[in-house]
Amino acid sequence: MPLSEWVGAQLPALVILVPLTAAPVAFLGVRLGRPVALVSALMSQPLAIALALEVAREGVLRYEIGGWGAPLGIDFVVDGLAATMILVTSVIGLLITVYASGYFTDQDRYRFFWPLWLFLWASLHALFLSGDAFNLYVCLELVSMSAVALVALTARREALVAAMRYMLAAILGSLFYLLGVALLYAAFGSLDMATLRGAIRPDVTGQAAFALMTVGLLLKTALFPLHFWLPPAHANAPSPVSAALSALVVKGSFYILIRLWIDVGSPSVAPGTAHLLGVLGSVAIVWGSIQALRQERLKMLVAYSTVAQIGYLFLLFPLVRAGGVAAADAWTGGVFHAVSHALAKSAMFLAAGTVLARLGHDRIEGVGGLSRRAPLTAMAFGLAGVTMMGLPPSGGFVAKWQMISASVLSGEWWWAVVIVAGGLLAAGYVFRVIGRFLGREEAGDREADTGRSPRTMEWTALALALGALVLGVAGQPLLDLIPIGAPALVAGIGVTP
Amino acid sequence: MTQADLYTVAGGVLFTIGLYGLITRPHLLYKVLALNVASGGVFMVFVGVARRVPGPAPDPLPHAMVLTGIVVTVSSTAYALALAKRIFTETGMATLDSADTMEGGEDAAE
Amino acid sequence: MAEPELRSPLAVRAAALAISGGVGALLIRALLVLPKDEAGLAPLVKANLDASGVKNPVTAVLLNFRGYDTMLEIAVLVLATIGVLSLTIAHSDKWPTVAEHAAPALSALARFLAPAMVLVSGYLLWAGEHAPGGAFQAGSVLGAAGILLALSGYARPAGMTGFALRAAITVGFIVFLAAAIGDMLIEGALLEYPADHAKTIMLAIEAWLTVSIAVILASLFISSASPVEELRRRIRGGR
Repeated sequence: MPLSEWVGAQLPALVILVPLTAAPVAFLGVRLGRPVALVSALMSQPLAIALALEVAREGVLRYEIGGWGAPLGIDFVVDGLAATMILVTSVIGLLITVYASGYFTDQDRYRFFWPLWLFLWASLHALFLSGDAFNLYVCLELVSMSAVALVALTARREALVAAMRYMLAAILGSLFYLLGVALLYAAFGSLDMATLRGAIRPDVTGQAAFALMTVGLLLKTALFPLHFWLPPAHANAPSPVSAALSALVVKGSFYILIRLWIDVGSPSVAPGTAHLLGVLGSVAIVWGSIQALRQERLKMLVAYSTVAQIGYLFLLFPLVRAGGVAAADAWTGGVFHAVSHALAKSAMFLAAGTVLARLGHDRIEGVGGLSRRAPLTAMAFGLAGVTMMGLPPSGGFVAKWQMISASVLSGEWWWAVVIVAGGLLAAGYVFRVIGRFLGREEAGDREADTGRSPRTMEWTALALALGALVLGVAGQPLLDLIPIGAPALVAGIGVTP
Repeated sequence: MTQADLYTVAGGVLFTIGLYGLITRPHLLYKVLALNVASGGVFMVFVGVARRVPGPAPDPLPHAMVLTGIVVTVSSTAYALALAKRIFTETGMATLDSADTMEGGEDAAE
Repeated sequence: MAEPELRSPLAVRAAALAISGGVGALLIRALLVLPKDEAGLAPLVKANLDASGVKNPVTAVLLNFRGYDTMLEIAVLVLATIGVLSLTIAHSDKWPTVAEHAAPALSALARFLAPAMVLVSGYLLWAGEHAPGGAFQAGSVLGAAGILLALSGYARPAGMTGFALRAAITVGFIVFLAAAIGDMLIEGALLEYPADHAKTIMLAIEAWLTVSIAVILASLFISSASPVEELRRRIRGGR
């Protein structure tokens, strides 16, 4: 078999195996970490693109691990949503890797960053491709374990305690999820999501399983009021890690949640619960934004912005229930929001990391005049802010437009009000920072600036922010990819009775 | 109530106790142990589920899942304990309030 | 230094009671009405057992039908070890001292038990093919033997630093990965073992896993086992 054909057939396995093989190698060789991570990051790009093209051309792909086939074995399932998430993870992962190679100057002290980061990357890919409820539990644990270890990496007091809080929440979330898996298996006899879709019944067990899994995943996704662990963890992690956590890791558990609710469980989802999730999402948007406005530290502000932006994702649940065009718009809009937020938020955290590296602190009142000394970083933050506010022509605008359209079409206009209000609040906290960047230098601000910000750090943040912006005008291929193989509920067939 | 039910229900009770302990015990060692009790409960549910199939041999699938779950729990427990100990080393306390009790250092890229 | 409170305020306990009670009630109610006639995947496992290459159905699930789960689970174990190392020996590759000298009773016990434990571990590894056992059980016993030797002062883990340790921690995972990738090249799918060699491949994976699991479990214990003062000195010393 020619190599290209073999690679084509093995794509779903290869996107996981590249970082998964790189991780132990980066651990074995003390000085290999950075080069191995860069090679793995570069190799991931063509693989992720090829996988997306394959899905765009052929539709949903299934890959039988071990050749057994589900439900006896485990299958990879690659639909438009999975391919999109892999693509986004790969692109952001590459830029974070480049940024991190400039950020960690003490390579010996932070040598464990590389294997941990590669494991995190591999486990995110594994999570997005898995079609098996128990395998998803293992993936969730891999993601959490690597994420927590990365948060604790600096071993500063705040980081250690934040990591502990995160760890406890993550383990508890996994246990809730695992209990749900036990109930699903006991009642419906399978772990394969596609098989479960046909077997699941909205009886006592089915509903209890869903309730437990949902609570566990909400805890991991940090939906208000289960968000308590997120701001300290995301703000106190090293900045490349903060970027990965806010952009990608919270999307992992959210991804399982939409697979469960919209893909597997459409018959057993009570409409009231979907609306409850929408309401919690709305509260998250308002509460997270107000908290962001009140923060004194830049990274805390950005972290609370994540709490708010996660809220938007949950408007998906009530909106897809309308069926028809509204559901299709909500699905594409919601996923598109996840993508543009991932790009913009990683840009913001990387920019904040550069501020920290230069000033030695990230107090917002102390960043006056930075736009003249580090224009690229200030610009990266500002452009990412455009997406966060949802202004045209950004990806955030397209996403919010689709979600507003869905809420108008479904007759539930109040979600549109929340979306618009959230944009205004985002403008408030983004301009608070931009205003400082552009504003007057206080005495001593310039002296505090070490000027240490390698080009790689400034440009990667800017590239991500530009990516989020360009998504608004050149995002059509992605908008076409996302609905491929979308659940029946979304594809216009409506709610199955 | 069958023997399998006894296991699953006992598992459910253990999980409940673990959850209660996790919330109410401030000391990190207790919290990690509470999570272990809860994990034990989840595994007992699996073991009970495995016993419900007809015939003498239990369902191997839940057994395999428990083994995987145990290894995952061992891993996360070991890490959580190392983290708790490091927090104690740095702050002299082992609670989630440890960070508030001392002067915070500046975050800086190194 | 004040000890932290061991109990929470009444309000927290009341809230915790409500939360855990609610969850417990929901869970137990669901457990009591589980269907009695759901055979799950057991028949499917039984039907394919001959094709799996081993006779113990649990091993067949762990190493073959759902071998991918097990591969990722080893990744979790390796990951946790890297995490623990990053918290305990980040600044020097020295191992902490668990015990300087062997305590007489412990030393006698270790001399008596350790060889037996190695033997039991070997048996468990071999038995996993047709009876309860396998790499995890074998690795745990072997790891426990290592801890016993360290506690009694016989083993000198301080001498085991650097590459050798990292190689021992990862070898099981790397062999598993290599087998998975080899299967892609030969049979066309990740972890699709060639039918004639399935048993040999699984045993090889399990043997290396036993080594890694033993080293990982022992090092997880030892790296956190030293007194806080020593840990503090170790962390500060490197800066």
